[in-house]
Amino acid sequence: MKLVLSEEEQFLKDTAKNFAEERSPISHFRSLRDNNDPVLWDKDIWSEMVNLGWPGILIPEEYGGSNFGVTGIGVILQECAKTLTPSPLFATGVLGAYGLTQHGTDEQKKNYLPKIVSGKITTALAIDESSHHNPSEALMSAKKEGSNFILTGKKIFVIDGDSADLLIVLARTSGDKGDNAGLTLFLVDSKSPGLEKIKLDMADSRNYANIVFNEVKVDESNILGDLETGGETVDDILDIGRIAISSEMLGNAESAFETTLDYLKQRKQFGVLIGSFQALQHRAAEMFCELELTKSSVMAAMRAADENSNELQRMSSLAKTVAGETLHLVSNEAIQMHGGIGVTDEYDIGFFLKRARVAEQIFGSSKFHTERYANLSGF
Amino acid sequence: MSNLEKFREETKSWLDKNCPASMRNGADPSIPVDEVWGGRNAEYKNPESKLWLERMGEKGWTMPTVAKEYGGGGLSKDEVKILNEEMFFIGAKQPLLSFGIWMLAPVLLEYGTEEQKKQHIPKIIKGEIRWCQGYSEPGSGSDLASLATKAEDIGEKYLVNGQKVWTSYADKADWIFALVRTGPKEPKHDGISFLLIDMETKGVSTKPITLISGKSPFCETFFDNVEVPKKNLIGELNAGWTIAKKLLQHERAFISNFGLAAGMGSKRDVISIAKKHFGEENGKIKNGFYRSEISSHKIKEHAFGLTLKRAGDEGGKASATASMFKLYGTEHNKKRHELMVAASGINGVAWDGDEFDDDDKNLTKAWLRTKGNSLEGGTSEVQLNVISKRVLGLPSQ
Repeated sequence: MKLVLSEEEQFLKDTAKNFAEERSPISHFRSLRDNNDPVLWDKDIWSEMVNLGWPGILIPEEYGGSNFGVTGIGVILQECAKTLTPSPLFATGVLGAYGLTQHGTDEQKKNYLPKIVSGKITTALAIDESSHHNPSEALMSAKKEGSNFILTGKKIFVIDGDSADLLIVLARTSGDKGDNAGLTLFLVDSKSPGLEKIKLDMADSRNYANIVFNEVKVDESNILGDLETGGETVDDILDIGRIAISSEMLGNAESAFETTLDYLKQRKQFGVLIGSFQALQHRAAEMFCELELTKSSVMAAMRAADENSNELQRMSSLAKTVAGETLHLVSNEAIQMHGGIGVTDEYDIGFFLKRARVAEQIFGSSKFHTERYANLSGF
Repeated sequence: MSNLEKFREETKSWLDKNCPASMRNGADPSIPVDEVWGGRNAEYKNPESKLWLERMGEKGWTMPTVAKEYGGGGLSKDEVKILNEEMFFIGAKQPLLSFGIWMLAPVLLEYGTEEQKKQHIPKIIKGEIRWCQGYSEPGSGSDLASLATKAEDIGEKYLVNGQKVWTSYADKADWIFALVRTGPKEPKHDGISFLLIDMETKGVSTKPITLISGKSPFCETFFDNVEVPKKNLIGELNAGWTIAKKLLQHERAFISNFGLAAGMGSKRDVISIAKKHFGEENGKIKNGFYRSEISSHKIKEHAFGLTLKRAGDEGGKASATASMFKLYGTEHNKKRHELMVAASGINGVAWDGDEFDDDDKNLTKAWLRTKGNSLEGGTSEVQLNVISKRVLGLPSQ
């Protein structure tokens, strides 16, 4: 396991960097927010990403993808996160693409993967039902009726839930709240009768929805993975998602830190640059160290995913914990070091704070993963 | 067979013949273990420690990458990897602990004359001469460049007067590499020279320092009209600061390894300690507060280990990385010991007597000793300054 990028991965990262800077600077995100854009991502930007082949990075070549691995998509998300680029790439190119590739039947793969690659459909993963991420607590019921399952319940905080065409939904076919057994994943068309989307307005101005299922009928051929073992299947998809979002959070943190560092070198008070004050220098140096640890953790987790390591779960929790804590620190310090302008809406740095706190909640907070890391480590 | 395969075969069979039984896996536990530092006055409880050092020293394998003409192993990077692997497979002990190897030899190779290299490096490699480091002074800690120990030009020789402090093992070392002031009128960084001094020279004396943790290897070292031949000057006169800084990088890289804990299951592991004192339930530490704190700590440790690995994979970078590792490694080590002491409760602050076992008493001392980790080799605050200025490019006031 080498913790450096290959030449191809570095090339992909550079491409993504140029793309984000040229096509999707922070002003682009700001205008989507200010104009109350209905999906909060830009269709043209997304089709450019599709043309670059990004939604197919985790998809095998036989379905039109490039099978370039988690590290590949990870570095793209990292670079796009530096300019807060909103897009369906995470929910579709990671969660949907990986979930279907890894756990779909041949039929499902044939049906959906080429459409993901060509940008025809976007996907979303519907897991959570309460304010804190915890898949095994899912209560939504899936009752068998002939060859169908009837889904009843409510999913909350579904990323891209308001725009996705295909939903991957976690429901309970048996067992009680808290049991990891008895869960099953279903592929559900978002236009199914009985399905109601309620768009959410979150602090980071991105696309989320709560989704109500009023006796939504799903054919049994739409089970993703196996009946009753959806708890394990979803955990596998989530682990890849956690690593990918950690990479995104690393990009957020790097960018907020860079912006802050520039500010320390420009802003004068008491006749000198504020970056010359030791009180600020040491805090900046500490952030630098935390960022270095985060880079290593994220990189090692991406490698673990690509190498099918038996350490994948632990590495995923490691990455999400470290990325969450670092982004938390950096986003707070960025505001404080910017002083008054840091708390104005006109200045971009506040976007990073808002994005940080939402991302920290996605697929488990640092606390959730610290606990999970202990469980997985045998103490 | 490729050259490397051939090298592996040869190495394997050489180790097989030459690594004594008590120096590898499966050693008889009743044989006393030496901490081998070599030197003129080295004493060995186990004669095989000496034998192992002599054999490895003869091969030059205590510094395997150094050229054979200086007594090194003359091995390529790939060969060194093979040597390390083969030593690892049989659990071979490192034959020699040495400030000469870790700190002095790398700068001698870079700044020394041919004659100086030939004089000193082979003896470092063979462990014949034990070195100590004369940097800090009572008045010059973090502000090392203000050092006052002076070396005056008296014709053939320098006359050295002054005092060093925190010289590890000065009472056991044969030679000292010291920073001395040779240019009293020059700006402080430009009047320092790097000088090698034989500890047997008349006028050199040492006195051990007792720490909060008890006995320590640290000493005060005094120079009272000590005459040193001019050929012992390394590099140019008054250009010692550059060498001093370079050497500190080697030292920091070395100290930062302290941050990595002993493996799980060893007695000095915070998880084992917490399980021992709180008990366990389904394998979990039976105290939620400590458990979560320990998990956070273990995650940081894991991330730090990965960062060391990444630095290695990237081919090792500049001085600032060494500063980060020194800072993080030592702060982490302190935190680790604080956690072990806290998880041990009353036993974690035991000092002496039969009511406590040795593990507890040793932990107390070890915990106190870690307080020095973030002071020696440049304080944590100095490392933060280095990172701010050299990596982040923040302005000076």
